[in-house]
Amino acid sequence: MIPASFEYKKATSVQEAISMLGSEDKILAGGHSLIPAMKLRLNMPTGLVDISKIESLKEIRDNEKSISIGAGVSHATIANNPEISKHMPMISEAASMIGDIQVRNVGTIGGSIAHADPSADWPGVLLASDATVVIANAEGSREVDIDQFFTGFFETALQDNEIITHVRIPKTAANANSCYVKFVQPASRFAIVGCAAAVEKVNGSVKSIRVAFNGVGDNAYRATGIENALKDQKLSAENIGSAASHATDGIDVMDDHFASENYRSHLASVFAKRALSRL
Amino acid sequence: MSYIGKSVKRIEDKRLVTGKGKYTDDIKIPGLTHAYILRSPYASANILGIDTSAAKSAEGVISVFVGTDIEGIRGVPTGWQVNFKNGDTMKEPAHPLLVTDAVRHVGDAVALVIAETKEQARDAADLIDVDYEVLEAAVDPAEAIKDGAPLVHEDAPNNICFDWELGNPVSEVDAALAKAHHITSLDFINQRLVPNAIEPRSAIGHYEEHNDHYTLYTSTQNPHLTRLLLCAFVLGIPEHKVRVVSFDVGGGFGSKIFHYTEEALVIWASRKINRPIKWTAERSESFLTDAHGRDHVTSAKMGFDKAGKMVALKVDTIANLGAYLSTFAPAVPTWLHGTLLQGLYTTPKIHIDLKAVFTHTNAVDAYRGAGRPEATYLLERLVDLAALEMNMDPAELRRINFIPAFNGVTEPGYQTQVALQYDSGNYHGVLDRALEKVGYKDFRKAQQESLAKGKLLGIGFSTYIEACGIAPSAVVGALGARAGLFESAQVRVQPTGKVSVYTGSHSHGQGHETTFVQVVADKLGIPMEDVDLVHGDSDAVAFGMGTYGSRSLAVGGSAIVKSVEKILEKGAKIAAHKLEASVDDLDYANGKWTVKGTDKSIAFGDVSLTAYVPHDYPQGLEPGLDFASFYDPTNFTYPFGAHIAIVEIDKETGKVTLQRFVAVDDVGNVINPMIVEGQIHGGVAQGIGQAMLEGAVYDESGQLINGSYMDYAMPRADDFPSFEVERTVTPCPHNPLGVKGAGEAGTIGSTPAVVNAVIDALWKAGFKVKDIKMPLTPERVWTAMNN
Repeated sequence: MIPASFEYKKATSVQEAISMLGSEDKILAGGHSLIPAMKLRLNMPTGLVDISKIESLKEIRDNEKSISIGAGVSHATIANNPEISKHMPMISEAASMIGDIQVRNVGTIGGSIAHADPSADWPGVLLASDATVVIANAEGSREVDIDQFFTGFFETALQDNEIITHVRIPKTAANANSCYVKFVQPASRFAIVGCAAAVEKVNGSVKSIRVAFNGVGDNAYRATGIENALKDQKLSAENIGSAASHATDGIDVMDDHFASENYRSHLASVFAKRALSRL
Repeated sequence: MSYIGKSVKRIEDKRLVTGKGKYTDDIKIPGLTHAYILRSPYASANILGIDTSAAKSAEGVISVFVGTDIEGIRGVPTGWQVNFKNGDTMKEPAHPLLVTDAVRHVGDAVALVIAETKEQARDAADLIDVDYEVLEAAVDPAEAIKDGAPLVHEDAPNNICFDWELGNPVSEVDAALAKAHHITSLDFINQRLVPNAIEPRSAIGHYEEHNDHYTLYTSTQNPHLTRLLLCAFVLGIPEHKVRVVSFDVGGGFGSKIFHYTEEALVIWASRKINRPIKWTAERSESFLTDAHGRDHVTSAKMGFDKAGKMVALKVDTIANLGAYLSTFAPAVPTWLHGTLLQGLYTTPKIHIDLKAVFTHTNAVDAYRGAGRPEATYLLERLVDLAALEMNMDPAELRRINFIPAFNGVTEPGYQTQVALQYDSGNYHGVLDRALEKVGYKDFRKAQQESLAKGKLLGIGFSTYIEACGIAPSAVVGALGARAGLFESAQVRVQPTGKVSVYTGSHSHGQGHETTFVQVVADKLGIPMEDVDLVHGDSDAVAFGMGTYGSRSLAVGGSAIVKSVEKILEKGAKIAAHKLEASVDDLDYANGKWTVKGTDKSIAFGDVSLTAYVPHDYPQGLEPGLDFASFYDPTNFTYPFGAHIAIVEIDKETGKVTLQRFVAVDDVGNVINPMIVEGQIHGGVAQGIGQAMLEGAVYDESGQLINGSYMDYAMPRADDFPSFEVERTVTPCPHNPLGVKGAGEAGTIGSTPAVVNAVIDALWKAGFKVKDIKMPLTPERVWTAMNN
């Protein structure tokens, strides 16, 4: 598997990386999606800007009301962070389920969301967590609400010459009561269906709720039908079951070699139920 | 020194696990060039023109060859001939090294690019402009034989390579079925598998002008046969001018038995450009061009009398051979499949009718088990299904139909209705032991209790037999083999008593460097450190038929034993001379000859030194201590076993979890129990992979839609429980070690056990489905419950 030739550029800072980025270049972080695509010549960038050695992208910072995870932090590091596990268990859970050990040790959260594979775990989980994506560009930096970040099939709000620096996840009561469940595609171990849910309950009733899916549609999405059905309710097997039937409302459900549209829709409801039953 | 029967750690592992292995792609030769093969993106297309001019002038490119450059060279041949039922010769279209007028599967070789680096060769291939006229493809073998289907080869009407039958006259089988109390019938597919050896295929062709010799380094299971085919059938090069070398090979599973076009191409082109050429497959090429396995469409009927005794078996199979005939392809669905349909049972009437079919897909050939897994799947699915339909216990149904135990020495072998004569067996023994181990007595109750709690548990059985150690040359010759199937060995004792063993068997994961050395060291009574195994080099080893069909120890090991016996016989003459005794008065033990009843002795190393420094030496005896042997077995060997799977099904998702897997196998005597256990584990994993995960999928246009590890699900350790493995021992009566072969047993036995367990779970929960297509994906199982 031989990629087309490309220029390799190693950046030591985010600003340097931005200045290095040519119009046909790609950013190399963990490389776990990019390199295979290049080996298959599905992707033939003229240059790779390697940001994997930029230390500032590898920090996990506790901001009192939120946790910032650097774009270059590996899935394994996230999975093993005790603060993340305490304040936002679905983040740890998702990180520990990505790919295999090799992928978790090298793949990064920033790389994953920039690639925006609809079956990847991070997009759904970050949607459920109400995260903010912080992006650097030549002018400085900007913030994008996660709800506005994923714009389509492998498409994001990221512009040319921009680099994700970190994602910021609030330490909300909902995130403290969250989980991620996943039905894996047996070859790649991407999600056929991934469901992340975060629920804040006050006096037993749902005060706030975010439920999101990846693997189901051509983009990760929030299942507002489920959220609306359960808002202000006391969770029960019955109302979870009936809410879960809204898992794919308004969604163009994917149909592929591993799961038909019908089966995938069914699984989305099953996994919504399984996630919510834990919370 | 006693080594036979001991779990000696594998000698080769230190080299292999520390990255010191020497694989074909590791070899560097001064002046080495690199080849890339441009392959067809279409399953069927006419080639209207090829423009290589841009590629030829690209940086670093040495040569670009297309099919018309090598016209006059025959393609790669097949090594087995099967005739039509009416006696006509099978259709044997050419398999060209590079196509000329048309491509016949995705991955068919269109052009060979040779450059200074592999990157340059790869880049230049993108510059070749091929004008294709894309045609409709014949992909599904059952559709391909219908009138009007696209033809893969003009001279094979209805895409039929041959038809074939075996067993009792079909009228007798029909009559027996007509009288049957119950008939279980099943239509099913034994799906196509991709072998997926971890090392991609690789070949280096090196022509040297100074002595007019060629060296082919290649990742083969079969160096001597490759040389024979390459020289005598493809390129017409004198065989003594060619050396074929395969050092370490990273797994084969059958896919590296065959002589491939790339091997001939690099040898041919090396002479053209007068430089060595290396070609190594990309993983995508491995998926597209390593010969695939299985791919049968079958309709089968098994008849029973009122007591559950089998009265007849009737089988119709369509076997997909792909676009071209690979080396052993015609033998696999016929002589390695039809001949196994007796199974372990006394079924008196058996008939198989088979059509072997060309399609616009990659070639299909032997893959771990080769025909025998298909036969076992057919029989064992029918038996478990019959038990469900007749409301009988599947273990009991097997017991009343088993062939009674026979040792093959004082009791004769068992003559089947389908050509073979089993050597020895104790089939009740393996089943009883497996039932005990799995705790069958208590399982049915646990199953009912689980069901009451909404949990779907199932148990599945598979009791199998296989034919290994392929086989007496005269027999396989009568069946259409174009080669003998013996093995050669040479045991060379050096003057200092150190021993080099040369074998025509080939180790690519099996552990021969340990097992074979154990045999020799044990028989000679010397330390294993004093013995080395040499294999995989046609200049070093006299001849060989390679490793496949679980034949190495039974055939290659037997050849080694013959040479060791000759060494000891001659050594005794030298010892007797030195000890001034008669040969009959000597005992040989612990590496020395001793005069019976005395303490007079002479060590092995002193005898070997005498053999090479023959100053004081028996008159008339030749110097030296070095013997070659050829061993041609008198029969196949017949390992057998009982596999039991317990599964749980998630009713909401259809996901099957394998809870337990018990395998009790009988592979005859065992030299190294640890290695045998490893072979069983690996085989079982591969067999379960077929049942639950694997399967090559071609779409209607002939594109392989899951040709990558992102899409083709290979089994991983966490897909399995810890296997529970045991053995019984029924020695092979016809080879000196009493061994039967263990390489394929796990794959052959395991697949139907898993599928049967899922079907059992579903029936017990009220879903009376007869079949779910393999692999048993969650969606297929869920659909079976929700239809």
